[in-house]
Amino acid sequence: MSALLPALPAPVAPRPPEVQRFRLDNGLGVHLVSRRTLPIVDIALVIRAGAELDGAARAGRARFTGALLVEGTERRDGRAFAEAVDRLGAVLDVQTAWDHTTIALHVLAPRLAAALALVHEALTRPAFAASEFERKRRERLAALLQDRSEPRALATFHFARGVYGRDHPYGQPIGGTTPSVRALPADETRRCHALRYRPDNAFLVVVGDIDEPGLRTLLDDSLAGWQAPPSLPPPGQAPAPSAPAPLVLVDRPGAAQTELRIGQAAAPRSTPDYFPLLVLNAVLGGNFTSRINMRLREERGYTYGAGSSFAFRRGGGPFVVGTSVHGAATGAAVADVWAELERVRAEPVGEPELERARRSLTLGLAREFETTGAVADRVAEQVLYGLGESWFEQYVARIEAVDARAVQSAAGRWLDPAGRVSVAVGDRAVIEPGLAALGPISIASEPEL
Amino acid sequence: MIRIPVERFTLANGLRVVFSRDASAPAVAVNLWYNVGSRNERTGRTGFAHLFEHMMFQGSAHVPEMAHFALIEKAGGSLNGSTWLDRTNYYETLPAHYLELGLWLESDRLGWLLPAMTQEKLDNQRDVVKNERRWRVDNQPYGDWDERIQELMYPPDHPYHHSVIGSMADLDAASLEDVENFFRTYYAPNNAVLTLCGDFDPADARAQIERYFGEIPPGPPIPPIPGRSELPAHLGGEQRLTLEQDITLTRVYLAYRVPPFGDDGFYAALVASAVLATGRASLLYRTLLREQGLAQDVVAYAFPIVVGASMLVLWATARPHCTIDQLESALLRQVAALTEVSDADVERAIRMLEARQLIDLQTVDERADQLSMYTTLFDDPERVNTELSRVRAVTTAAVREFARAYLVPENRGVLRYVPRGGAA
Repeated sequence: MSALLPALPAPVAPRPPEVQRFRLDNGLGVHLVSRRTLPIVDIALVIRAGAELDGAARAGRARFTGALLVEGTERRDGRAFAEAVDRLGAVLDVQTAWDHTTIALHVLAPRLAAALALVHEALTRPAFAASEFERKRRERLAALLQDRSEPRALATFHFARGVYGRDHPYGQPIGGTTPSVRALPADETRRCHALRYRPDNAFLVVVGDIDEPGLRTLLDDSLAGWQAPPSLPPPGQAPAPSAPAPLVLVDRPGAAQTELRIGQAAAPRSTPDYFPLLVLNAVLGGNFTSRINMRLREERGYTYGAGSSFAFRRGGGPFVVGTSVHGAATGAAVADVWAELERVRAEPVGEPELERARRSLTLGLAREFETTGAVADRVAEQVLYGLGESWFEQYVARIEAVDARAVQSAAGRWLDPAGRVSVAVGDRAVIEPGLAALGPISIASEPEL
Repeated sequence: MIRIPVERFTLANGLRVVFSRDASAPAVAVNLWYNVGSRNERTGRTGFAHLFEHMMFQGSAHVPEMAHFALIEKAGGSLNGSTWLDRTNYYETLPAHYLELGLWLESDRLGWLLPAMTQEKLDNQRDVVKNERRWRVDNQPYGDWDERIQELMYPPDHPYHHSVIGSMADLDAASLEDVENFFRTYYAPNNAVLTLCGDFDPADARAQIERYFGEIPPGPPIPPIPGRSELPAHLGGEQRLTLEQDITLTRVYLAYRVPPFGDDGFYAALVASAVLATGRASLLYRTLLREQGLAQDVVAYAFPIVVGASMLVLWATARPHCTIDQLESALLRQVAALTEVSDADVERAIRMLEARQLIDLQTVDERADQLSMYTTLFDDPERVNTELSRVRAVTTAAVREFARAYLVPENRGVLRYVPRGGAA
């Protein structure tokens, strides 16, 4: 017979990376995690030029601006630039999120100098060729057309619209909508770049096989020469989200399943409830054994899986439960999710469940620092949101301090059913009766995304 | 450039064990490959290997229902399993000092699964898997592409003819007796590989493995893969299929029969796939997207599968103004251009494959999975260190020769998706 569960040792708190920090003369902050185990380096150059600043009318501008950096410079066209990156065996990507655009580089340490030169070239001398912009515009419009037949994309779009409305930045996809992309003037990308891409509005994270003197030498030959133009406008305030539409049905005749998104506008990254909300999410839908997955999958067999997350942004990003259920079960599945959201507000979470949620977060932290790229992401988040230099050291203690009362009170504040939006993308003929029993339904009638 | 340490031994019951120690890792990965996949399913039971994988998470003699997930999550670990054509894998990554928990859980379900199996659990997981099929395949644009490509590229009596997810009717037919038979046939230490990778003490780990796995008896000899595995080198005539779906953009898939994973010829196919579609400087990206504006995206993939023959599959999604015939012709022109591929394109492709492998090998779970794979498929974990030399050995002449020999009309399948009713 196999022995019973072995006695397990006490948990060991993960050891966070040590970050060295310095600033270049041009104002660019540098955050270095020197890690000499493998001959690789990951770099994240983070610019505070996120999609939130686009506003609804110019949605897509920040992402186009970032994407065009690597589609041609004053020295070489898009193809030649891509070939130069590939010849180094490097991976160079530009990602735009709500609060930042990041140029991410992964390269072998001996080729770092050459790769940094390419990053510098893309950052300071992009061509913004009209032909490349028009190509990207056509690709985005085609992708939006494609999304009309993609149930997950439809659900995500209509959820954001339902929660934030058509005037709030968060009510748009980061890449822009069909009307905003059609209307975007080509010179907007150049203007966005001139305004926001500057060393005092950015910072650099470097993780891997290099030390501080070595890095300083490389930067002297590259990013130290990046100069700031005169002034930077402060970010504006986003308009208030419009009144949410509580229950939205998006008809896909003949759909084999119903794609569900249920949630609401929730807390900003700066909320004092951050840690209680992490634990709350682990209880509800962050893990496999979380309540919503256990109910919908293991108890009911309605779905392959269900999960939830808080999207923490500068403004109040959404809390969302996402799943995909058998059409006939749609109404019952929505009711089950609502019941779980009510239960966590009404009753304190029991200690064993709470302890499992906390440990999954504290003991799982070590793996967040496993790869150079992952470390760069974590350090970037810490700097971007001003979390403080002892953030990683405090993390475990602050999770462990979250008790049942803190979870319940955070749930009370952030999961108020009055703000809740539930979106179902499925076959109306099959799912409408079950949903109608839950409340009045609005039928989405967006002709295009 | 990077050398992964490899140590191996075999228990008396036939369980092959691979150790790869990395004291700098923040965790330890426990990874098991069972040498059984959808290729081993009998007629009328497609999808069963995967349904069985789900049953492995439903508890065993000493592990209560759902305790497997709960214990790993409480230890700050992550876990999952997956089923593919040639294999089924199970894995957890844990803080280093919780290694023993992973070994205990894995040994209990390998040695003592059946007492925990019930009709209720089977019925529930059957519903879950049917929803997985709806989610992955039936409710996704182009979601049945791999199922269709397999049907086009492998004859009905070949084990790769049917998909991993299987048919709804076959899932409905699966019984508890099937669970028991499948377990007794394939889930034996002599049909498995256990890999540990990360921060652990090899002597302690070996003692724990002996303690937890050593008493599990070996199973009977593994039956041969059903059907006919051998295949001619060529498909023997173009296979075509056009499907109407609720989609807005048309898409074309091209598939070619190529040598199986592990054969020297496979690596030319792998390099060809990277020449075609890896990165923004690749042949298909620069022609179909950048120059001609015909396509929205391009992908190429050489399947790492070993029975009889593998496939090189590439696809492109059309821009709204591009017709399906234009897209197919444009793809075929670039495939034909591989017979004259340049040194620069081949060098670029090899660099990209090297870079990708170095990124992948950064995590202990990926390293462990590759070690289990090379041991299961080739009985050679060292291939994790030597595989890139096979890639680097591919010359421009070899890619051209591969293109002339394999990328020919009589060796291809063409799968086309068009919007229903012809409207976009």
